[in-house]
Amino acid sequence: MVTPLQKPPKKNPQLRTRVPTLPSHYRSRSALFMAAAAAEGRFMLQVCAEPDCESVQYPARDACACCLSDRLVWQDVSPRGNLIATSTVRTSTNTYFRERTPWRLGTVHLDIGPSVMCHLHSELVVGDEVQLINRLDKSGQSVLLALPLERAQLQEDDMQLRELTCDPKFRRILITDARNPNAYALAKSLLEAGATTVFVGEAESWRPYPDRAKLESLQGVELVSLDVTDTSSVQELAGEFGGKVDILINNARFVRPGGIQGRGDVGFAMDEMQVNYFGMMRLAQAFAPAMTGRSADGVNSAVAWVNVLSVYSLVNNPGFGSFSASNAAAHSLSQCLRAEMAASGVRVVNVYCGPTEDEWHQPLPPPKVPAGTLARELVKALQAGLEDVYVGDIAKDIRRKFMESPKVLEKEMTSLETL
Amino acid sequence: MIKPRKRMGYDGVVVAAPASTPYERYSTETAHWWIAKALRQSIKAAGLTPRDIDGFSVASFSLFPDTAVGLTQHLGLVPRWLDHIPQGGASGPSALRRAARAVQCGDASVVACVAGDTNHVDSFRRMLSSFSRFAQDASYPYGSGGPNACFALLTDYYMREFGVSREDFGRICVTQRDNALRNENAVMKKPLTMDAYLAGREISDPITLFDCVMPVAGAEAFLVMREEDAVAAGIPYAHISATIERHNAFPEDPIQMRGGWAMDIEEFYGMAGHGPESVDLLQTYDDYPVIVMMQMEDLGFCAKGEAARFIADKDLTVSGDFPHNTSGGQLSAGQAGAAGGFIGLVEAIRQVTGTAGATQVANAKRALVSGFGVINYDRGVCTSAALLEGAS
Repeated sequence: MVTPLQKPPKKNPQLRTRVPTLPSHYRSRSALFMAAAAAEGRFMLQVCAEPDCESVQYPARDACACCLSDRLVWQDVSPRGNLIATSTVRTSTNTYFRERTPWRLGTVHLDIGPSVMCHLHSELVVGDEVQLINRLDKSGQSVLLALPLERAQLQEDDMQLRELTCDPKFRRILITDARNPNAYALAKSLLEAGATTVFVGEAESWRPYPDRAKLESLQGVELVSLDVTDTSSVQELAGEFGGKVDILINNARFVRPGGIQGRGDVGFAMDEMQVNYFGMMRLAQAFAPAMTGRSADGVNSAVAWVNVLSVYSLVNNPGFGSFSASNAAAHSLSQCLRAEMAASGVRVVNVYCGPTEDEWHQPLPPPKVPAGTLARELVKALQAGLEDVYVGDIAKDIRRKFMESPKVLEKEMTSLETL
Repeated sequence: MIKPRKRMGYDGVVVAAPASTPYERYSTETAHWWIAKALRQSIKAAGLTPRDIDGFSVASFSLFPDTAVGLTQHLGLVPRWLDHIPQGGASGPSALRRAARAVQCGDASVVACVAGDTNHVDSFRRMLSSFSRFAQDASYPYGSGGPNACFALLTDYYMREFGVSREDFGRICVTQRDNALRNENAVMKKPLTMDAYLAGREISDPITLFDCVMPVAGAEAFLVMREEDAVAAGIPYAHISATIERHNAFPEDPIQMRGGWAMDIEEFYGMAGHGPESVDLLQTYDDYPVIVMMQMEDLGFCAKGEAARFIADKDLTVSGDFPHNTSGGQLSAGQAGAAGGFIGLVEAIRQVTGTAGATQVANAKRALVSGFGVINYDRGVCTSAALLEGAS
């Protein structure tokens, strides 16, 4: 049975905040392919590509355990199986688990062949048909968790599952830019998902913008003063609210069309870098320390840092060439942030978004991403515990092509027809 | 398909000079130190000197960054035959059968087989987190219960499949404690009652405290040599009637319910010329009682799933009708790393040569020793067994 999650009491500032500990992060390089799949929430195993073999492998191997072929291909496979044995660990050699015992685990005999050891949702008992999910744990590495075939009541409240996700329920969230047309949709979706408070950063509050009244009307939203281009503004807010941010969503964005030669100077380019790149760096320098210190702080521990990026951070879109470049810089910085936050278990989530439905993309043909879709997908990704999220048909298309061949994608994006 | 040929016997080769160090819960010494201690004792018992040893076989987990190679220089040995056996709990019979062939074929005259490990305060945890690639990738991240958790899953499955109770496992642990009380080297000194067993602290359900071995520091050793040399040295010795070894048996089984012994017992008893009914005592690898039951079944003492009933009808103590793990086994004597793969074999040599002292089984002639090792991922991969017969 799932023990319902209790709304955390107000933090007692006199009590010590628990130092984060992690499950074991040691993995072979082959096993990192599972982590890559987990980043997108996919259940992939190696399958032998020899036509007369096709056996499914687990754990990750470098050669087929059936025919010794090295042609092992990572594939999406059926995650279903039968739970044939369980145990409850009460004594662990690892501090992370020691602090969380009793910890259940099980052996699942997959329909496709192999047996796997996995974490267990609390609803499950021996003999159950189950489905496995592949997710990143606090160490940033892939683990498997067995879930009931049919959604359990309060499924997401399960302790083991919540350790793998960044569920907004009972958490406090900072959205960095109230002026972004997606701010209202984001705040609304987060509150609907059970967030306790959504702080929304507002720069130059004397300057009006269309969604202010709507934002203010949302129960649970608190507008706070924040200008990501102003170091002291960022530091001031972090000093006051840093210890209350469980999820930070950086949606601050400066976008203008154009690349290099169409612009007469570097003015817009500097603005793009100020917001999209240096903004992220300022936020990280100010907020990351408090968040990484609170990543084991109970039900509303600090859990995720979300960057809303353009999918053109992966490959330049010459129509928005300079904006793409600033996003490429931000994307690279997010990888650095991921490495720096790894020791705390706070997940850096990158949301790669296609062209958005807003004024700056007005002349572009569809499909474009409406704010509501972005918000829905982002919240779903937090609930599901993903690390890389591609929002919109264009972003998904670019992702596929990027995974297949970054160079071919570049050729496609920079060909004569594109401009 | 290539058919296996009938195997040669081990005529003219014997095993002798069993040596055991007392075990210590925690040690500040190194594996090298413990190995040297047992080795010296064994060589001395045979009236030899280190330079007489021209074959050397080592099993150890905690020698890093050394291997058997580093040990030769460290200990001043000059062997012409060298082996390092990373089979953990299966290393005893596996070391024996390799050494026996080397001596039989003349590649070495005297092979010293030794297994030993130290146990520093934090070494068990460190070893678990990097035990094997599969363990690191696919079992340790799930609660980090180590072998306790892996065997808990097998035990859970076995109990359901065959209707086995905790009392059934308790019989093994309680009788081994009785045996251990006769062994002055055993780390466990107090009797264990069934009630105490059943009240043992929960470790990883259904496994509780007294199902688990205690990691300790220690070493075990023996010599493999030509029979004529043993006779000349005037030391007691035993013949090797049969051996088997198997790795990664039955990989298609969804969970381990049987080990490699089941693949090879016909050949095993065929080579020995007798069956399990002629065995006077059994030394199983007892990291957890479920594995003891598996060995009794797979080695033909009873049918699959019948071990609990088989045990209930027998007395497993030194003076009983089915003497089993007469030195107390690892469950009560302690698990000194890879020496856990030697403890049964070394005790068996003592038993069939009538030198077991306080744990001596009356008229013990034939002993069956079995080994089981290395939870590489979800199951023990290595299995081995040997039949010894005392020289009359």
